[in-house]
Amino acid sequence: MKILVPTPLRQYAGKQAAVEVQASTVGEALNRLTSTYPDLRKHLYGEDGELRAFVNVYVNDDDIRYLQKKETAVKDNDTLSIVPSIAGGGR
Amino acid sequence: MAGIAEKVASLSNEEILRYSRHLIMPEVGMEGQLKLKQARVLCIGAGGLGSPLSLYLAAAGVGTLGIVDFDVVDFTNLQRQVIHGTSDVGRKKLDSAADTLHEINPNIEIRKFETRLSSANALELFRDFDIIVDGTDNFPTRYLVNDACVLTGKPNVYGSIFRFEGQASVFATKEGPCYRCLYPEPPPPGLVPSCAEGGVLGILPGLVGVIQATETIKLILGSGEPLIGRLLLMDALAMRFRELKLRKNPDCPVCGTHPTVTELIDYNQFCGIRGEEAAAPTSMTDISVEELKKRLDRGDDLFVLDVRDPHEYQICNLGGYLIPLNDLPKRVSELDSSREIVVHCKMGGRSAKAADFLRQSGFSKVLNLAGGITAWAERVDPKVPKY
Repeated sequence: MKILVPTPLRQYAGKQAAVEVQASTVGEALNRLTSTYPDLRKHLYGEDGELRAFVNVYVNDDDIRYLQKKETAVKDNDTLSIVPSIAGGGR
Repeated sequence: MAGIAEKVASLSNEEILRYSRHLIMPEVGMEGQLKLKQARVLCIGAGGLGSPLSLYLAAAGVGTLGIVDFDVVDFTNLQRQVIHGTSDVGRKKLDSAADTLHEINPNIEIRKFETRLSSANALELFRDFDIIVDGTDNFPTRYLVNDACVLTGKPNVYGSIFRFEGQASVFATKEGPCYRCLYPEPPPPGLVPSCAEGGVLGILPGLVGVIQATETIKLILGSGEPLIGRLLLMDALAMRFRELKLRKNPDCPVCGTHPTVTELIDYNQFCGIRGEEAAAPTSMTDISVEELKKRLDRGDDLFVLDVRDPHEYQICNLGGYLIPLNDLPKRVSELDSSREIVVHCKMGGRSAKAADFLRQSGFSKVLNLAGGITAWAERVDPKVPKY
């Protein structure tokens, strides 16, 4: 499946916008991603091991918080989007 | 039965001509144009997003346009803040914006609020407006705008940008989710770079701001499908637009069924910011630009480490040794821990992280240059360009 990496996190993912991984759940997909790119881990997970509150993960266009969270099943043709909050715009 | 509003809101012949391309379109028509004229929209910020969106709202004939801003136009704004011109540098953004908007459309009322939006003034400011447009640049103000919108029942037309990526949505309508439903908490300070540190493609706020203006106009007209419950993601480099579903979170602390936030809070504290601690040295491990100059002049053995990116080094440098922050862990062996190291970046944020990392790696003599090369350019050597 394809994981889309947002602009602010690309610097921790070998500057790539998308990464292909093999996985059957969201948690597994993110583990694959962070074992390839360990620097990403602290940006995705807090010290409690949970996804951070300002980083959302979507399977296609659905928020995993309203599916089965990290247990959400994924298929090869699904797209996982990581969408962190950004605040720029004024000055 | 004719209400007062109907009597007040009518179009002059000049206005009919001006808005003719709206009036001949059934989706707007005279009824819609009068709705626009009666509408009161408050723009938070007259910067990157506020510039394009207020230009279009003014041109479209939004009758009352409020602007909240306390900033002054500087040269780095002109690459994207198209409401201001070169001759406006040094002027208040409010004055510069109001002049431009009046020139575009003298029929509208511009209300200027020269203040920093705060928990003390937000509810009162929002009271006289129908729709709030969030064009701010920081997390505390974004949470403040959202909560104040929920508490006053006004829609929050949201847009946000980073480098070449943008987000837009409409929050805090009765039926829809709010910003906290999307992101319950902000990132800790320093984890997400600001536009001043991370940069932004100049056209991007134009793209996102015009989407915000479009959504504002649609809300006023009550037509089309507003971006409620949808997050629009834009990648200007790939030129790809995507849309994600947003849900109203029943447990949301501000708009959920049992809200715990029922009045405005301290948003700096909420975002983990400890008050004003900008360019001045904040601890024993910081060094000011004046002190660095003095010590270099007297020949102290200092190793200047520049942790910016190579393309920034090309813009200007202090002749320091370049190791970008992200490369520091794998290149730390290039540094001599017996020497005193002064770390700098553009403004002091990245170098503070680098200094922390070096101390944790066993370097005992590490100083962070407070304010970075920008402070050096401002206070020591004006020949060094600011960027």
